[in-house]
This record gives sequence, C-alpha cells and structure tokens, in this order.
Amino acid sequence: MGQIILEKVSKTFGDVEVIPPLDLTIEDGEFTVFVGPSGCGKSTLLRLIAGLEDMTSGTLKIDGVDATHVPPAKRGLAMVFQSYALYPHMSVRKNIAFPMRMAGVDKAEQDRRIEQAAAALNLTDYLERRPGQLSGGQRQRVAIGRAIVREPEAFLFDEPLSNLDAALRVGMRLEISELHKRLETTMIYVTHDQVEAMTMADKIVVLRAGFIEQVGSPLELYHKPRNSFVAGFIGSPKMNLIEGPEAAKHDAHSIGIRPEHIDVTDSGGQWQGKVAVAEHLGSDTFFHVHGTGLGETLTVRATGEVGYKHGDIIHLTPRADQIHRFDASGLRME
Amino acid sequence: MATQHSRSAARLMMAPAVILLLGWMLVPLTMTLFFSFKKYLPMRGGDLGWVGFDNYIRFVTSSAFWPSVTATLVIVLGVLFITVVFGVLLAILLDQPMWGQGIVRILVIAPFFVMPTVSALVWKNMFMDPVNGLFAHLWQAFGLTPVEWLSQASLGSIVMIVSWQWLPFATLILLTAIQSLDSEQLEAAEMDGAPALSRFGFITLPHLSRAITIVVLIQTIFLLSIFAEIFVTTQGSFGTRTLTYLIYQRVLESQNIGLGSAGGIYAVILANIMAVFLMRIVGKNLDA
Repeated sequence: MGQIILEKVSKTFGDVEVIPPLDLTIEDGEFTVFVGPSGCGKSTLLRLIAGLEDMTSGTLKIDGVDATHVPPAKRGLAMVFQSYALYPHMSVRKNIAFPMRMAGVDKAEQDRRIEQAAAALNLTDYLERRPGQLSGGQRQRVAIGRAIVREPEAFLFDEPLSNLDAALRVGMRLEISELHKRLETTMIYVTHDQVEAMTMADKIVVLRAGFIEQVGSPLELYHKPRNSFVAGFIGSPKMNLIEGPEAAKHDAHSIGIRPEHIDVTDSGGQWQGKVAVAEHLGSDTFFHVHGTGLGETLTVRATGEVGYKHGDIIHLTPRADQIHRFDASGLRME
Repeated sequence: MATQHSRSAARLMMAPAVILLLGWMLVPLTMTLFFSFKKYLPMRGGDLGWVGFDNYIRFVTSSAFWPSVTATLVIVLGVLFITVVFGVLLAILLDQPMWGQGIVRILVIAPFFVMPTVSALVWKNMFMDPVNGLFAHLWQAFGLTPVEWLSQASLGSIVMIVSWQWLPFATLILLTAIQSLDSEQLEAAEMDGAPALSRFGFITLPHLSRAITIVVLIQTIFLLSIFAEIFVTTQGSFGTRTLTYLIYQRVLESQNIGLGSAGGIYAVILANIMAVFLMRIVGKNLDA
C-alpha cells in the first residue's frame, strides 16, 4: 500500500509562498511525475512529502494515516537524490545495507536483500567497491538499490537522471520504468524534462510557480492541455501558439498547433513561409519557418527525409481537428 | 613545461630557492651532529675534543631523560585529544546558521593570533594564580581551597594552555571540512532512518577523517617543540620538563653544547618515529 494524499498543503519560506495550498491524491502503485520549469516548486513538494521540509499548513496522509508530523524516517518512504547522496567512505554493499542496519534488520536478511537488489540492478560485481570508483550510471543504480532494500511504501525520485549523459539517461529511464512494473510500488518522480515525464508516468502533475496546472495521463495532457502553458510545456518540439487574426478565425484568443500536425507541401497550402533552419534527423525533419505572418517562427515536423533547405518557400496546412483553442486567460476552449 | 628546454629552464630558476632551503636545513643539522660528538663547554674550557658517543650515552642515562620523554608525549597527546574532540564539536556548532556568525567565527579564531608567551603569561597570572587568579576566586566563591595550578596540576595546566592556543586552528580546519559535506548525504541518512547521533558517527565523522588527519599531523609537528609556554610558567619544574626544555637546559643552563646537541639528535629521532607512526595510523586517510 502506498496511497499518498495531500490536503491544502502549502509552504512558505519567509515571505515567499513557494507552494500555495494544493490538493493532490497519488494512488497506490501509481507512477506520478511532477514536471515543471525550474523553480516551480516541484522539488519542494517532493521534500514536503519526504518530510525533509516542514509544511506551513495542510495535512499529508500516507495510507490514510496522518503523517504530517511524522519524522522522515518513519514515513516508510525511500528517496533517490539528484546527487545520489551515496556515502563515499562505505562500500556499495555497506551503502545498500545502511537503511537496514539502521532499522535493525538481521544480518542474514540484509545479505539476502542486498544480493537480490544487486542482481536486479547489475551491481553484483561492484558490491565491494567504493562509490568513487563507479560510473554515474552505476552510482545511480546503487542509490536505487539503497532505496529498494527498504521495501518502502513509495519511492521518491528527485531529478535522478539529470547528472547522466544523454545515452545513459535513456537507459536508466527504461530501467526505472521496468522497476516500477516489477515492484508495483508507488513512485513519485520529479523532473524538468517533459520527455521523461511523458515516457515514464502513469500520471503527470504539471506545476508552475507552485500551482498545479493540470493532472492527467501523458496522452490526456498531450491531446487536451487545460491551458496554453501545459500546451507549450508538454510535447517536443513545442506547440506553435498563434495569436491575432488567424486565431480570431477560430473564435479564440490564441490557437495552438503541434509541429507534427502541420502538413508540408510544395504549393497550395493554407499558409506559406521561408525555411530558416532545417534539422534533418533521418527519421524526422524539423523546419523552423519564418515569414508566415503568424508570428515569430513556426516549427513544423515532417516524417522521414524531406529535402527542403534554408531559404526554400514551403506551404503549410494545419490539420483542422488538431487545432487547440485558448481564451484570453490561456484556458482551453472546447 | 613540456619541452626539454622549458624543463631545464624551470630547474635553473628553481635552483636558488631549493639550494637556500636545503642549506637552511642542512647547516644546523650538520652543526648539531658535529657538536654532539664533542665535549664543548663554552664557559669551562671551550672545545675539549672528540668524545665519540659519550654525550649520547650521558643524555639517555640521565635521570631526567625518560621523564622528559613522557612529559612530551603527555602534552602532545593530551593537546591533540582535546583540540580534536572540542574542535569537531565547535565546528559543528559554528556550522549552524545563527545571527552574528561572522563575528563569532573571528572570535573563535582569535586565540591563534595571541603569541604563545603572552597567552601563557595571561593564563598564569590572570587565571591560574592561586591568590589573584580568576580560578582562585571561582573556587573561593564555592568555599573551596584554590588549586595551585602550576605546581599541583602542572602538566594538566600546560596542556590546557596549549590546547587553548591550538583549538582555533583545529576548529578552523574542521569547520571548512564540515562545510564541504554534501547536505543531501545527511538528508539521505535521515530518510534511511539514522538518528542524529548515527548521522554524526556514520556520515559527518568519516567525512572529517581527512581533516582530522591534517590537524593531527600539523599540530604534532608544532607541539613536539613547544617551549615558550613552559618557559614562562613552570620553568620546567613540577614534571613539565619536555625533551625540548631539557635540551635547552643542557645547552644554556649547564653550558654543555655537546650534551645538548646529542639531545637534539634524539629529538629529531623521536619526531621521526612519531611521524612514521602517524603516517601509518592516519596516513591512509590521505590516499582515499
């Protein structure tokens, strides 16, 4: 069991309100991702749940029990930190054993859990090494191992992949997802990377300046962003937001169209413009188009290899059923 | 400095400094060695010729030798123990955010700037004087007989004075070390269920081990040769005659340069033995 409920939880540092009162329910076994630009309060929210920060007001319930004033160690949560926070003077084995040692788990059981975790995380050959002798990805796995052996109610991840290089990040992303499928434990994961959020989450919580902008599954957020902020934040490359007369045609203050929902043709399109930059990735081609009269730049994605280059005039047609409409306050209009 | 040319140029330019330093070290050492094999009594006939190892034998067979070694070790180890233990505690205390942190830190470091002679005199006359000292007044306030610190607890008093001087140094080094401790490690340990004392024992103390090593090494070098504190307080009486002080007495009070020089060579040997032990015990901390 690992249901976490936040009721009217808020946090202020001095005069600054980092998190205005918010409500949130995280169901047992769910993989929830907090995502938002840096400084949006997502890490603070995680630390409030962990108990590393005191809440200014509100209550936190873990499995229906009020845990607002329970010290971090007693909440049954395990945390993986951005810096991994391994104990540098202890071997990998001792690092992983540490929480069990503190909990007074007997030696045989400790060894059993360590072997099990090491096998699951490919760390068996490294158990006697110090963290300083490991690569970034291995350290990350040790940190996860240290969390697993506690058999916690929920795992908390604080931007765990941001110190890894791009290739490793993709690999670890898969490993964490697999781990969640296998353990079926509640996981809360903080990131500023919307790709991580989209690929791993059962439920995404988009935060801005401490406010929850939208909660939903990755595809809900992709197809029905509640406002223009979520629309711009979720999806890569970013959604094109267009204001002015073109939006007025749709009775909206602004309209949004994703790069992948615009068709590129030689002629006869709804809009036309000049290619400023063409990014050829092989599987896709991205065009940054200027001079459409719709705004600064329009980003367009074409599947496969498309031969336009800098300076070419291309014609663009948005797919009518994929246009998102927003009112003056940025809210979605149905 | 990659090329042959730049390397030899570098050597050439470093040479004066290296030669000067080497000379500075070698000349006194050689002179000490030279005199230690001579009977040399400046006021009583001057240079009376070579005597082989006589001075060495006389120095160690003197009844003052072993007590002086013991006194040296007691002072060095006592001061090390006090400064490291209190240094760690003070460093943790000073690391806490508080109002007026900057001023408090400067005040804590201040004793280090007081000259040894001055601080020893201040301690002797203002604190430890059995009639007018602050301690005497404190004892009397509780109706107790004042302690004659420098005669009744002479070695302890010296340890206290020297510890007071060196505590700021230890605190300063340990404070900078403690500030470099990653706070996420402490938080991780807290999440892992470690209470405050375990966090100190398992995270903070191991993190400080290297800084403690440095404090111990540097202090040992300086503590082996403390002199001023003894000179202005007990003059080497009441069991406070350290090896350094014994050598001083042999050379200047007994006017026996040869005997004192032999003692000096023993002091060099003792320092090296301590250095080897220290390197063995704590040096491995520096590799990691």
